[in-house]
Amino acid sequence: MSDTAAQLIERVREAAQSGTPLFIRGGGSKDFYGEPPAGEPLEVRGHAGIVAYEPTELFITARCGTPLADIEAALAEKGQCLPFEPPRFSPASTLGGVVAAGLSGPRRASAGALRDYVLGVKLIDGRGRELHFGGQVMKNVAGYDVSRLMAGSLGTLGVLLEASLKVLPRPAAEATLCFALSEAEALEKPNRWAGQPWPMAASAWHAGVLYVRLAGARAAVAAAVKQLGGEKVGAGETAFWDALRDQTLPFFAAETLWRLAVPPTAPPLALAGETLIEWGGALRWLKSDAPAQAIRAKAAAVGGHATLWRAPEAMKRAVGVFSPLPAPLMQLHKNLKAAFDPQGIFNPGRLYPNL
Amino acid sequence: MNAPIPHALLAELAALLPPDALLTAPEELKPYECDGLTAYRQLPLAVTLPSDEAQVIAILKACHRHGVPVVARGAGTGLSGGATPVAGGVILSLAKFMRILEIDPAARTARVQPGVRNLAISEAAAPYGLYYAPDPSSQIACTIGGNVAENSGGVHCLKYGLTVHNILALRVALVDGTVVEIGSAALDSPGYDLLALMIGSEGMLGVVLEATVKLTPRPQTARVVMASFDDLTQAGEAVAAIIAAGIIPAGLEMMDRPATAAVEDFVHAGYDLTAEAILLAESDGTPEEVEEEIAALQAVLSSAGARELRVSQSEAERLKFWAGRKAAFPAVGRLTPDYLCMDGTIPRKHLAHVLTRIGELSQQYGLRCANVFHAGDGNLHPLIMFDANLPGELERATEFGARILELSVDVGGTITGEHGVGIEKIGQMCVQFTREELEAFHAVKAAFDPRGLLNPGKAVPTPRRCSEYRLAGSAREAA
Repeated sequence: MSDTAAQLIERVREAAQSGTPLFIRGGGSKDFYGEPPAGEPLEVRGHAGIVAYEPTELFITARCGTPLADIEAALAEKGQCLPFEPPRFSPASTLGGVVAAGLSGPRRASAGALRDYVLGVKLIDGRGRELHFGGQVMKNVAGYDVSRLMAGSLGTLGVLLEASLKVLPRPAAEATLCFALSEAEALEKPNRWAGQPWPMAASAWHAGVLYVRLAGARAAVAAAVKQLGGEKVGAGETAFWDALRDQTLPFFAAETLWRLAVPPTAPPLALAGETLIEWGGALRWLKSDAPAQAIRAKAAAVGGHATLWRAPEAMKRAVGVFSPLPAPLMQLHKNLKAAFDPQGIFNPGRLYPNL
Repeated sequence: MNAPIPHALLAELAALLPPDALLTAPEELKPYECDGLTAYRQLPLAVTLPSDEAQVIAILKACHRHGVPVVARGAGTGLSGGATPVAGGVILSLAKFMRILEIDPAARTARVQPGVRNLAISEAAAPYGLYYAPDPSSQIACTIGGNVAENSGGVHCLKYGLTVHNILALRVALVDGTVVEIGSAALDSPGYDLLALMIGSEGMLGVVLEATVKLTPRPQTARVVMASFDDLTQAGEAVAAIIAAGIIPAGLEMMDRPATAAVEDFVHAGYDLTAEAILLAESDGTPEEVEEEIAALQAVLSSAGARELRVSQSEAERLKFWAGRKAAFPAVGRLTPDYLCMDGTIPRKHLAHVLTRIGELSQQYGLRCANVFHAGDGNLHPLIMFDANLPGELERATEFGARILELSVDVGGTITGEHGVGIEKIGQMCVQFTREELEAFHAVKAAFDPRGLLNPGKAVPTPRRCSEYRLAGSAREAA
């Protein structure tokens, strides 16, 4: 065991003994996300480094404090990538934070989410024990899928020490098309195309323009460009998708921003405010002053949920960040939390105030 | 089982269900005594065959009240004993839940009942140019509920994923009959990823009442390259070379010489019987895409030392090339009264080492073994041939299998890639996981099922079981 891992385990054991809540923190790029953090900071950035990367086995294993930028650079050198395009809210973003937040970028609807690429984790549980789940191979059904459970758990179940992710070759070719379309049309078209064997990679609609990113074999991209029509964006397209992924587009500069995950074919939600749509309609960003209750009700009515993505702390406390869970599901959450973290020391309240 | 038969429960079940939905006579229970792992058999106390959700909930509630174990069962095609009855327990058959409730072509989803067969989903989606991607070999018979329980794979999972990548939502009955919705038709849900926990949980956390699955556009065309190799190492390196060239084939399968001989004799697909390994690499997509990828595959395979390359020239020929691989299990079944199918996953780079070692073990145990390999994802299926009627052969075959699984763990892999632990590999769980990790699994189980009534005794061994397993290992080494 490395010194840094041993130190983290020691810190967790002490915290468990004294019942001290810990605020697990990597690069701090997602401090804004989730319920307001509480507890004594447990900085994990020091536990860094790529442990194993085998391009022909399609996996990378790295320590939780490894900067995402280092991982992506190593992959790029071998022509590979993280297809789920985790957002980089700052260059300090670390692997641990990427897994714990469970967020995925523009290609999510076609390539899958972060959780789909998690192969294994090493973690410290609330008793200060180092546990290893999953591994480095693609197919593994031995035991419950605890590694995927960590994805998006916001550090409430354990301190991630290492994670192994599946990686894939970068697409051979890419192209971006844009179309002037209404919101309703922009919800219909990408879903129709996604139901046909076109190499759809990502989509974004904002202010009357739909952008569609194609990625795949050269011949497939070329054929789709010919068939789908629209206008080729050309120069600047990579910068556009990067800015969407990292939320540096001007749209995202808002004090209050909602994230609505809904079925892709849900009609326009007719909520007051400005909307940016990704994932073929399955992800809708909303800048709106509408009451939280109305926004959540609308999302729920079409079978989705609404997250208060960015907001002043007072508003977060008043309306809650994540959509409330039905009682039996919340009970399962509490039971799982108690199973992994019986003293309740990991990121208390970060996911739900009572968890 | 010495516990008194809980007549009170049977009386209650009889009141809940029509007479033909409750089986208690030994001759009626017999068909349910095992799943695809036929070496292990156990009669249940009763078999229930509910036909609606209310009945499932009522059965679960009654069993929960009486503290009687429940084992959910789909088509019973599982290979690890996941659906083997528990002594004194009730079988909850979902066989009557065969309705496809909704196909939404625009959203590319299907909402189905748990007893719907895997292939039936693709058949129902075909008019829309869509299909359900995971394709376990048993897809004609196996049900989606069972696929969820086992996180089933298939020959196309390198490109299209496992069950866990293709399920959007589940409606689940918990052990006490409470119904919860997990996941959603949106691409994520708030809170923990309970969907990931539920998928592959071997019926130990809940009972699937309904599944919303992802549908994928049917590729316009597909072609397959068949390559012969004189050497297993070379074949393994060819697989790595394909990946290194940036190609993710739709299917990438390998068979060793004994497996090739078995299937050729069965399906007459024209396999090269003198090759040490046959590799099948499939490309799918638009015609242009496939042409480009097939050319790239041919180039890589040639320079990797393939002795012979054949590319399917028609859909009929493609299916013929695949026929043997798809029929590998029954083909081996013709050569031997019984066989055990192992399911380890290994890092591909260790393939030659692992197959060589399996060859040595085959000699040592005096049992033949043919190997089929999902080469793309490292999932190896050694088929150990034996005759259960010969004294000691089942035990020898089981031991041989255990050594293969331990070997898979030694090289950095896992004891099960897609068949599940069930009762078959429960001993080897003690090799793959530490005591603390197994404790964590028990804690997850308790979070859903504190009294341990859903499919008890499967998948996660008790500490005592592990002590016994390790003791047996030490004794073997000492001998």
